[in-house]
Amino acid sequence: MDTLELTKEKKTKATTENISGSEAVLRAFVAEGVDTIFGYPGGAIMPIYDALYDYHDRLTHILVRHEQGAIHAAQGFARVSGRTGVVFATSGPGATNLVTGLADAMIDSTPVVCITGQVFAHLLGTDAFQETDVINITTPVTKWNYQVTDANEIPHVLAKAFYIAGSGRPGPVLIDITKNAQLQLFDFNGYEKCEHIRSYRPKPIVRKEYVEQAAKLINEAERPFVIFGQGVILGKAEKEFQKFIEKAGIPAAWTIMGMSAIPTNHPLGVGMLGMHGNYGPNLLTNECDVLIAIGMRFDDRVTGRLDKYAKQAKVIHLDIDPAEIDKNVKATVPVWGDCKETLPLLTELVQQKVYPQWLQKFTDCMKKEEEKCIKEEMNPLSEILTMGEVIDAINQLTKGDAVIVTDVGQHQMVACRYAKMNQTKSNITSGGLGTMGYALPAAIGAKYGAPERTVIAIIGDGGIQMTIQELGTIMQFRPDVKIIILNNKFLGMVRQWQELFHKNRYSFVDIQSPDFVMVAKGYGIEGKSVCKREDVKNALAEMLNHHGSYLLEVIVGKENNVFPMVPQGRGVAEVVLSKDEI
Amino acid sequence: MSKQEYTITVYTENQIGLLNRIAIIFSRRKINIESLNTSPSEVDSVHRFTIVIDETEDVVRKLCRQIEKQVEVLKAYYNTNEEIVWQELALYKVPTEIIAEEVKVERLLREHGAKAVVIRKDYTVFEVAGHREETDKLIKVLEPYGLIEFVRSARVAIIKSSDGFHKKLKSFEYKEPGEEVIENEYLSENEKVFSM
Repeated sequence: MDTLELTKEKKTKATTENISGSEAVLRAFVAEGVDTIFGYPGGAIMPIYDALYDYHDRLTHILVRHEQGAIHAAQGFARVSGRTGVVFATSGPGATNLVTGLADAMIDSTPVVCITGQVFAHLLGTDAFQETDVINITTPVTKWNYQVTDANEIPHVLAKAFYIAGSGRPGPVLIDITKNAQLQLFDFNGYEKCEHIRSYRPKPIVRKEYVEQAAKLINEAERPFVIFGQGVILGKAEKEFQKFIEKAGIPAAWTIMGMSAIPTNHPLGVGMLGMHGNYGPNLLTNECDVLIAIGMRFDDRVTGRLDKYAKQAKVIHLDIDPAEIDKNVKATVPVWGDCKETLPLLTELVQQKVYPQWLQKFTDCMKKEEEKCIKEEMNPLSEILTMGEVIDAINQLTKGDAVIVTDVGQHQMVACRYAKMNQTKSNITSGGLGTMGYALPAAIGAKYGAPERTVIAIIGDGGIQMTIQELGTIMQFRPDVKIIILNNKFLGMVRQWQELFHKNRYSFVDIQSPDFVMVAKGYGIEGKSVCKREDVKNALAEMLNHHGSYLLEVIVGKENNVFPMVPQGRGVAEVVLSKDEI
Repeated sequence: MSKQEYTITVYTENQIGLLNRIAIIFSRRKINIESLNTSPSEVDSVHRFTIVIDETEDVVRKLCRQIEKQVEVLKAYYNTNEEIVWQELALYKVPTEIIAEEVKVERLLREHGAKAVVIRKDYTVFEVAGHREETDKLIKVLEPYGLIEFVRSARVAIIKSSDGFHKKLKSFEYKEPGEEVIENEYLSENEKVFSM
């Protein structure tokens, strides 16, 4: 007994070290397996940056050009790797510049841990230089946030931060650390990962009876339809998902966030849902008899008018977040839980089946869509380029192996409609928040998250100008990012709406752009601009073969529209294929 | 579904900022909080919020799920007025001379279950604990006599069917919580089936 006590005591003594709060932050990172940080220094976070100076062998720090760039890069990193992205920013403006990215990560369930510096604790509430109430500003857009004023809290709080950000339904966490806590020396007893918080249940308990009920509904169905979202990717349940649809023989459509969870050419993959999704998935949502929603949250861009959404169908909803069940669409059978666990249970209980007639309906719809939308997009009669052609050329050259990072707007919809993807985590885009300016920094982060993969950012002429300063980050750190600007010389999506719903009143959508190639060259990035059909493929090949980053501008039609479309306020079955139908 | 008064009881960790996190769940949806009280609970270290809102059950259920989703929230319940025992505390400050001369203090105390908390030469403070209608009644009575100040507390409520949080908390302490934790989470109490 005595000896045991003695060894215990020795052990604690041996592991206790007197270190600074800043040092503790970095040790936590190392213990959590962090290797890349996106950040920007400033007064209130200087002690952490000082400690970082000695960590350059273990932690890569990417100095961005704006804090929004840091958090979008961390998001891109997280989305492509499945790991938690990490951000450093200083107090005040540094922290407020994170807000858009936090909101984006919150709505798209991206695991990110942000560390912000804060003024000395004794200055809190005194309107000190660069003091902002960051905790209260970020409360609505974080899964969790916490202000540290004492270095002793740091190991425990950071462990909690990583646990909360990455578990259950992931999300952004912000830890605000006052400067005194960063400087404070304290007795560090080692870092212990957090595995349980009593008030936090990341995964609801799987209820077998509901899995059974769901299986029964599926087995009795005549026209079952699976719609899936990012939950499949976040749950790392791609295989389980594929097994499920293959055994049950059910056609499956993805949301924009769920795209790439199964290869886009999967025989049961019938396309994308949503406002600019494919014709069949939208139309036939209102013809299926059992709708199986997996890891998706019935966003209004997916459902259109709720009172006209799948009213005929029994709804099975699989989700890890209990708050999503019944939020927008009432579930007949809720299957709450991690789909990595629930899908195999369901697969076991469903019968092996095929629905040739039902699948044929999707094929027929696709034919109609080909005829009325896709043909014109892919083989336009006019010599003016379409966005779809460019995406098609990318598909041919990359064979669907690239990570496609998109910004927000028409190019995003076109890219997500036509891009081919063979592997999961290939579609990185701002889905829920629709953050213009997302793609360039997210692509930088994505390259760090998946260095072995080709990363292509597809951006509009509007969006690129929102975070164009991140070309500086590329210039300095040389991540190999291929940037394609689809330039239609308009804020295209808003222009499309103004054309369709505001009687052609083009109110402030006529945006001028700099010479993007010259801007790129100024940053030491190779570039080219093309506007002719015969040049597109060669230019893309040149870009892809180029060693290092490259910016390719493609001038596309100014007033091309994205179709099909479920106009706002209409039901999914009212999806239109052309302007005449609106 | 029609709106009615619901009392939401939330068991939480005692954490700075949590009040804001809970309050913005309501304000984001433009829902007015009729009354909000924070206090300790029957369990040491566990905090208890009592929130009253006027809403449909559908909305209240969704709100509770959003509240429960917060990291530091242990559990959120909602109840109709029939399912709880509740009180609010009201204080009335009136000029002593008028009360002494014109109104029979004794009658006031009896009829309204009021207690005199402080009696001074210049003013008297009465206290009434009860439902809103009860405390409102006394305002009407005292107004003609120069009611100087009136204040009413938030509602505090006890859930009739609850057997407290001690046992439940134990199951939260484990990494794999037992059935205890989920009990009526999604089950309608009457039908024991998932409610549509």
